Amino acid sequence: MQKIGVFVCWCGSNIAATVDVKRVAEALSHENGVVYSTDYQYMCSEAGQNLIKDAIKTHGLTGVVVCSCSPRMHENTFRKACALAGINPYMVEIANIREQCSWIHKDMVQATAKAIILGKAAIAKVHLNAPLTAGTSPVKKRALVIGGGIAGIQTALDIAEAGFEVDIVEKKPTIGGKMSQIDKTFPTLDCAACILTPKMVDVAQNELINIYSYSEVSAVKGFVGNFTVTIKKKARYVKEDVCTGCGLCTEKCPQKKVPNEFNLGMDNRRAIYIPFAQAVPKVATIDPEYCTKLKTGKCGVCEKVCTAKAIDYNQKDEFIEREYGAIVVATGFNPIDLKDYDEYAYSQSPDVVTSLEFERITNAAGPTAGKLLRPSDGKHPHTIVFVQCVGSRDTSGCGKPYCSKICCMYTAKHAMLTREKYPDTEVYVFYIDVRTPGKSFDEFYRRAVEEYGVHYIKGMVGKVAPEGDKLMVQASDLIANEQLNIAADMVVLAAAIEPDKSARPLATMLTASMDTNDFFTEAHPKLRPVESPTAGVFLSGACQGPKDIPETVSQASAAASKVIGLLVKDHLTCNPCVAESNELMCNGCSACEKVCPYGAITYIDKEFRMPDRTTLVRRVASVNPAVCQGCGACTVACPSGAMDLKGFSNNQIMAEVDAICK
Amino acid sequence: MTELQMKEQVLRMSGVDPLKCMRCGKCSGTCPSYDEMEYHPHEFVYMVEKGQISKLMASDSIYKCLSCMACVERCPRGVEPGKLVEAIRLLAVRRQGANHLKPDDIPAMLDEDLPQQAIVTAFRKYTK
Amino acid sequence: MKVSYYPGCTLKTKAKELDKYGRKSAEALGITLEEIKNWQCCGGAFTCASDEIATKLSSVRALVEAKEKGQDLVTLCSACHNVIKRTNAAMKNDADFAMKANNYMKLDTPYYGETNVIHYLEMLRDTVGFDELAKKVVNPLKGKKIAAYYGCLLLRPGKVMAMDNPENPRIIEDFIKAIGAEPVVYPYRNECCGGYITLEDKTIAAKKSNKVLHSAKVAGAEMVITACPLCLYNLQKNGTEDLPVVYFTELLAEALGVKED
Repeated sequence: MQKIGVFVCWCGSNIAATVDVKRVAEALSHENGVVYSTDYQYMCSEAGQNLIKDAIKTHGLTGVVVCSCSPRMHENTFRKACALAGINPYMVEIANIREQCSWIHKDMVQATAKAIILGKAAIAKVHLNAPLTAGTSPVKKRALVIGGGIAGIQTALDIAEAGFEVDIVEKKPTIGGKMSQIDKTFPTLDCAACILTPKMVDVAQNELINIYSYSEVSAVKGFVGNFTVTIKKKARYVKEDVCTGCGLCTEKCPQKKVPNEFNLGMDNRRAIYIPFAQAVPKVATIDPEYCTKLKTGKCGVCEKVCTAKAIDYNQKDEFIEREYGAIVVATGFNPIDLKDYDEYAYSQSPDVVTSLEFERITNAAGPTAGKLLRPSDGKHPHTIVFVQCVGSRDTSGCGKPYCSKICCMYTAKHAMLTREKYPDTEVYVFYIDVRTPGKSFDEFYRRAVEEYGVHYIKGMVGKVAPEGDKLMVQASDLIANEQLNIAADMVVLAAAIEPDKSARPLATMLTASMDTNDFFTEAHPKLRPVESPTAGVFLSGACQGPKDIPETVSQASAAASKVIGLLVKDHLTCNPCVAESNELMCNGCSACEKVCPYGAITYIDKEFRMPDRTTLVRRVASVNPAVCQGCGACTVACPSGAMDLKGFSNNQIMAEVDAICK
Repeated sequence: MTELQMKEQVLRMSGVDPLKCMRCGKCSGTCPSYDEMEYHPHEFVYMVEKGQISKLMASDSIYKCLSCMACVERCPRGVEPGKLVEAIRLLAVRRQGANHLKPDDIPAMLDEDLPQQAIVTAFRKYTK
Repeated sequence: MKVSYYPGCTLKTKAKELDKYGRKSAEALGITLEEIKNWQCCGGAFTCASDEIATKLSSVRALVEAKEKGQDLVTLCSACHNVIKRTNAAMKNDADFAMKANNYMKLDTPYYGETNVIHYLEMLRDTVGFDELAKKVVNPLKGKKIAAYYGCLLLRPGKVMAMDNPENPRIIEDFIKAIGAEPVVYPYRNECCGGYITLEDKTIAAKKSNKVLHSAKVAGAEMVITACPLCLYNLQKNGTEDLPVVYFTELLAEALGVKED
């Protein structure tokens, strides 16, 4: 017979305002096996934990029920406290009377009755609990960073700094990401390339960092500390270790009409290319979609001009399997497609551009060598209209419901830089709200208005109509309460940003959760912002939510510190709540093996003694407790009831259900 | 009817939730009748939210809306200001003797090319 | 093949050409337009208000007849199309409205928006096919620069009308190409002509119409085509730009060689 203590938490007023905690403690004190029952204002506090520890000692408790918040929040806290007081941590059960009771009910009588029932269920379970001891598993001391933008770069550098090996997998031919396309950074206006490219070089030169460029993750197996990842190295038709990056091939290639994605299609590159001068690795890549040799077998100019003999038209995609202890997702973002915003004439006029396109136009390495010239006729624009929130904060189904966060600041930057370099250009910014919460951010925006004379207009553009060589911008000015018609030479749309399309399939591979917008979800929005709920998977940069560069870099370093904290451990304590097969009941059907997402179940041939002194060899399931994550899929799949989950056995669950239904 | 009752009726008839509005003003940026109106589409949304229905009913603006649905189509929040204008106009013309268009006035408005469509539409829009 | 056809009041009076050339061309393309029996005026405007039931019943009647014949319901006038298509969507998606309308109608079998409502242009695009249409053209309108005027009724609300991209449509442009002419794309092709406001205030209608015509003219148009009698009226009567405006069916009949007979 268990001797059970019940501890009812008020959670300040979170629980106590809706649940009569004294009544709950009193009611549960009469339950079978309960020898002590009390309530306290904050059970998770040091004083509250001491209350539990003292009761264990004074009353010789063998089991503990805490009626409090979700076990996700404090189960570990109470388990640790009980372990210190000398009872097995798995003899603790939590009755969630906050998230599942006080927060969702209004009526105190009903909520109190429900809290008592939840407490009874937990007591019924503790009666069947058995002490469990956790095993350990080794940690592979290497990290994988998926995505080579500024987030991935910073995370990799920080992990390597601590002495661990890091691999970066980048799907493009070079690392650098979106930041490499940016001209200047707010609010200091320092040159993006000047601060990014040295970091790219640091990555390339770091002996602990290995870059898999032009590569993608194609499969992930295993669990925290022991991931096995398959990396697909796409054929780039150039031997990476031989190519010197001289660039001769990229000048001689006769296929000149390939839209240059680095400049967002505003100019052309060749079929063999190096994305930009500071690319890392500085290696050429052949675009198989446009290469005449690969498509027709004729040409071969690049092979002829390559003195290093690096061209290899027969290269094939290569699959590499590597082991990692931790995985960091840094897959970043993209501006949305503006096909659902044709009222702004994006698809009808080349002079309506996105902000990222504008960034390339003003970049010295861009299609106009940094001169502000409009795409249609190469003329200097004298009136530019910036439109904010194009597709952001949009619940109509065309765009994204969230604020993209970075647009207010980069638009202020574009407007300011335009006015600084070309004072003869009138600049209008249409805004709904100007959101500048960041260090020196609001001051920056105000400078655009006060020092540079940018016209900020509260209102939204309703229509952009190309007419002759002008763009007729029809918009509202809400403060003047008038409709404006501005004849502009260029219109710049601050397109909403969205997670990279590769994130969704990757999340499936990692069993990492995402929100409805395909941003990765963090383990806790405030207290564990860089960890995914999936152990061993960490989040860096805009894959978790819209972020500017300073925030991305902070989060990237934070993710690295979490990875380092994991990799310094030699062993990890496993979850003891794992599956267990009753070999006498197992009929060898393999149903459990098929549903196990972790590959934790294997089948073995085992000898069984029969009553008549003979032996019988039977095929039975065997669970590897180090690999099992305790998801319970096998217990449901098992037709003979042989599979059970320690700590969540069928008996325990049924006892809880019985207690609730009694 | 009190202002509050009228507001509730307008919300019920139109099915519009003005609280979804984020006050971007795109409706007024896109409205082809903007310059003819005393109150503009975004003001309709805000004034309905504040319960100033009789002010809107008394304004000529309700007869200047062309029901072209540009504001409905382009609103990033799915607020549909045009439906609010219509509901308020209906509330106005349904009052006794408040038809905005009188049958006796029609002959003077006709010309040989005017399509029937214009007359029936105007009747649907302007009368109960 | 046969389809149900809803002409509407204006096509029987002031917009006879829209109707006449539409029928002739359809015959030439192997489609018979079977006029709905006892059809009544659609009312010209769809009223969004949830308590407007009776004003939509004439549309429901036409929709039910097409359903009984098991045919698609083809419309030609933009206003009729807008009203009938939106009423049909309401019968399909608004359970409260459908219940009330069915109660009024006292039908043997209640109607829940089963009929497929298509505009004549959609019939050309999806049933005939613009490529097939192009093959049947005997008088291609070579070299003619034609601006398509959609107005507001054909396209909005986009999710209900679902004819084309409401902000950058191409169905009439593709039609213009199919009859051998050159489409002129201009930004105000989906903005309002002023509509029924012409009754009250011709100056407003003139402003709207001129904005459209000016936009078409600047883009190089020699002619404007439309599917809406009121648009045609406003552009021609209230607009002051010197640009002919005709119904698209007239050009179709001309291209198919069935205009005069």
